[in-house]
Amino acid sequence: MFKRFVEWMDARIPMTKTWNIHLAQYPAPKNFNMWYVFGFLATLVLINQILTGVWLTMNYVPSADGAFASVEFIMRDVEYGWLLRYMHSTGASAFFVVVYLHMFRGMMYGSYQKPRELIWLFGMFIFLVLMAEAFMGYLLPWGQMSYWGAQVIISLFGAIPVIGDDLTLWIRGDYVISGATLNRFFALHVIALPLVLVILVFLHIVALHEVGSNNPDGVDTKKPKGSVPDEEKPKFKFHERFTNKKDIVDSIPFYPYYIVKDMFGFGIFLFIFCYVIFFNPEMGGFFLEPPNFEPANPLKTPEHIAPVWYFTPFYAILRAVPDKLFGVILMFAAIVFLALLPWLDRGRVRSIRYRSLLHKLNLFVFAISFVVLGYLGTQPATPVATVFAQIFTFLYFAFFGLLWFYSKREKTKPVPERVTSK
Amino acid sequence: MSNAPVDKGRRRFLTVATSVVGGVGAVAVAVPFIASWNPSARAKNAGAPVEVNVRKAEPGQLIRVKWRGKPVWVVRRTPEMLEGLSKVEDRLRDANSEEPQQPEYAQNQYRSIKEEFFVAVGICTHLGCSPSYLENGMGDHVDGVNSGFFCPCHGSKFDVAGRVFEGVPAPLNLVVPPHYFIDDNTILVGEDKGQA
Amino acid sequence: MKKLLIALVTLVPSLVFAAGPDVPLDKADVDLHDKASLQRGAQLYMNYCLGCHQLEYHRYNRTFEDIGIPQELGEKYLQFTGDKAGDLITNNMNSDSAANWFGTAVPDLTNVARVRGADWIYTYLRSFYKDESRPFGVNNAVFPNVGMPHVLEELQGLPEKTYEERMIDGEMKDVYVGLKTDGDGRLSESEYDQAMLDLTTFLVYVGEPMLLEQRRTGWFVFGFLLVFTILAWLLKKEFWKDLK
Repeated sequence: MFKRFVEWMDARIPMTKTWNIHLAQYPAPKNFNMWYVFGFLATLVLINQILTGVWLTMNYVPSADGAFASVEFIMRDVEYGWLLRYMHSTGASAFFVVVYLHMFRGMMYGSYQKPRELIWLFGMFIFLVLMAEAFMGYLLPWGQMSYWGAQVIISLFGAIPVIGDDLTLWIRGDYVISGATLNRFFALHVIALPLVLVILVFLHIVALHEVGSNNPDGVDTKKPKGSVPDEEKPKFKFHERFTNKKDIVDSIPFYPYYIVKDMFGFGIFLFIFCYVIFFNPEMGGFFLEPPNFEPANPLKTPEHIAPVWYFTPFYAILRAVPDKLFGVILMFAAIVFLALLPWLDRGRVRSIRYRSLLHKLNLFVFAISFVVLGYLGTQPATPVATVFAQIFTFLYFAFFGLLWFYSKREKTKPVPERVTSK
Repeated sequence: MSNAPVDKGRRRFLTVATSVVGGVGAVAVAVPFIASWNPSARAKNAGAPVEVNVRKAEPGQLIRVKWRGKPVWVVRRTPEMLEGLSKVEDRLRDANSEEPQQPEYAQNQYRSIKEEFFVAVGICTHLGCSPSYLENGMGDHVDGVNSGFFCPCHGSKFDVAGRVFEGVPAPLNLVVPPHYFIDDNTILVGEDKGQA
Repeated sequence: MKKLLIALVTLVPSLVFAAGPDVPLDKADVDLHDKASLQRGAQLYMNYCLGCHQLEYHRYNRTFEDIGIPQELGEKYLQFTGDKAGDLITNNMNSDSAANWFGTAVPDLTNVARVRGADWIYTYLRSFYKDESRPFGVNNAVFPNVGMPHVLEELQGLPEKTYEERMIDGEMKDVYVGLKTDGDGRLSESEYDQAMLDLTTFLVYVGEPMLLEQRRTGWFVFGFLLVFTILAWLLKKEFWKDLK
């Protein structure tokens, strides 16, 4: 019965073939470590955001008069509305947690290097769209932080010479942030950007499955055709799409091996995720900021405006610069430099395991700078804090500059022919 | 890569167990999504039972109240109206109110708790128009019947107990909503007695 | 690098405290399971606060149900505005005239516990003091120059700032030691503290009425996740035996 159904389907749509190419007969390097779970988790968080988002729109009222009350309506009057809302608000932060870790994994193991530049670029676009999505979504509850946070961010565009003021006016659609702004952000947040996001994720995965995954050793598991003796090939059957062109070594099918492993990782992730949802949805003011429980008031700024934590590293860079335009430029440069990594890194060795001490140190300082900047971005800009922000902004950018210099003639360790595993 | 024998039983058990537990989890996750479609507290409160004070109602008068967005009638029937009820019974579709269009306590000739006060949802059982109450002019539509309800949309006719006449489009008697007397002068529409 | 780290470590606390309030806040020992406390708090709120401060996103009947007051009693003793049981907890004050009387719009307090925190509310309610320079003759140590009269004066009396003479650097100086009530209120100091804790507890409840249900659900979810994660781990180990 089931077999006949599958045959009927396969005659009309490549169902089994897709399953095999992308899961059951997809060769994944056998030495993935726990850093490789975050891509899977990001996909699941995306699904969570879409589902809970769709359900929230069922009761949300996108208007300056109704938005705040409708969120409270969801929290209080809709059955399990509080849960759907917390799943969405926690999901937003969780998205950035897993995406940042996912990106750092890529940096550690050189996953952006040739031939995976395009995967990295798609990923960077996903990151950009995600930031836009989060920013616009944060306006929707129409609380004090929604309002003033959006005010600050939109004002950034005012730094652009000549067109700046007209541009901010155009973005807002009003002389201040108003219902017009709210409605266009709502439309983009719930329809346009999710569509773009899903398409980009699709392209990210298509590109990944074309070249194949990198691994913690950064060595190729697809060797030239005919170069590997049969007894060294894995005992698994991989799809001919992969075996026709290359000899596959040290790989296992994604399904079932990585599916079951990712399920376990998913369980661990859910513990943390559900802890936040059920026991600490505000996460000490980092996920939901206390002033946002007050309706937006255009006449009164909260004492201390800080963006949500995932923007704070870039926000700290912005504030570190005493010049408005240059600050904005530097903030965007912080992202552009990340996107240019495949070309800034001129090394041939991918994994941090076989790269120089200098590179390890450099990446370590970069990670520290990112975290410290993130912390500084949540704090008021005192003179001391500003000096620190400047130091760590310098270190953040120094990473890229140094990398470009030393990577050409870097003293690396010998890279093994085949992946190492316990 | 060794070729140690695989314990198929254990593997199958764990696969099934994890799938079942995962499935239970998926169902549990669906609960909030499904439950959120139930009427909200706002909707429930807007649809809460309505009190109707009938102290000032004149004999023959109809009081109209809104319950769950629908018109609900309370008619204070005159003795003449009540007498007329038994005279029309051979011309009714469901004279004994056998169809479940009323709570048990209103399944009688008067289709009400107290003979005098008739409570009904003022929506025609044909296609949802609201019939007109004709205190005296029903004779135009049904021979020898003085009062009743006439639906202007498709001409359905009901007697003063909301019972539908034969030969009209409406298939069923008018709906009597759950209700009870809080005291002699107050009717609570929308709730059976003792339920809260 | 090392110097930098040391500097950073010493810097962190100063940054944290920079954001804190000026007056140390007293800890509000809120217990949402304490129905009696919630009910007393609700009574205080309806009698003293609702005249000006609405809870416009929360409903009467939900409140009564959650804090264990029978609906009839609630409607009779705690609903003064002629609203229906299912209505939102609002008052009839015109917000424009309120702005005239108090110099500012009177805030809705549904979410005040989420905005300010329980400790802040608890301390604020106990920090009014006599200050003739203010329009209502009172000021507040936690919220300086607040435009609100001391509504609970009949319970607490009117506290004043008190000072003690102390020897500092060889000189006698007046040192601020805290607020001391004149004792004209109906409640003793500890009774007043308890009443304010009740009121705070009620406001914490109104801020997050689903909190207890949320925690309970959370434990169920954790129980489920434990089973799922252990099974997933065993399953992973079972399959990965192939690769050993």
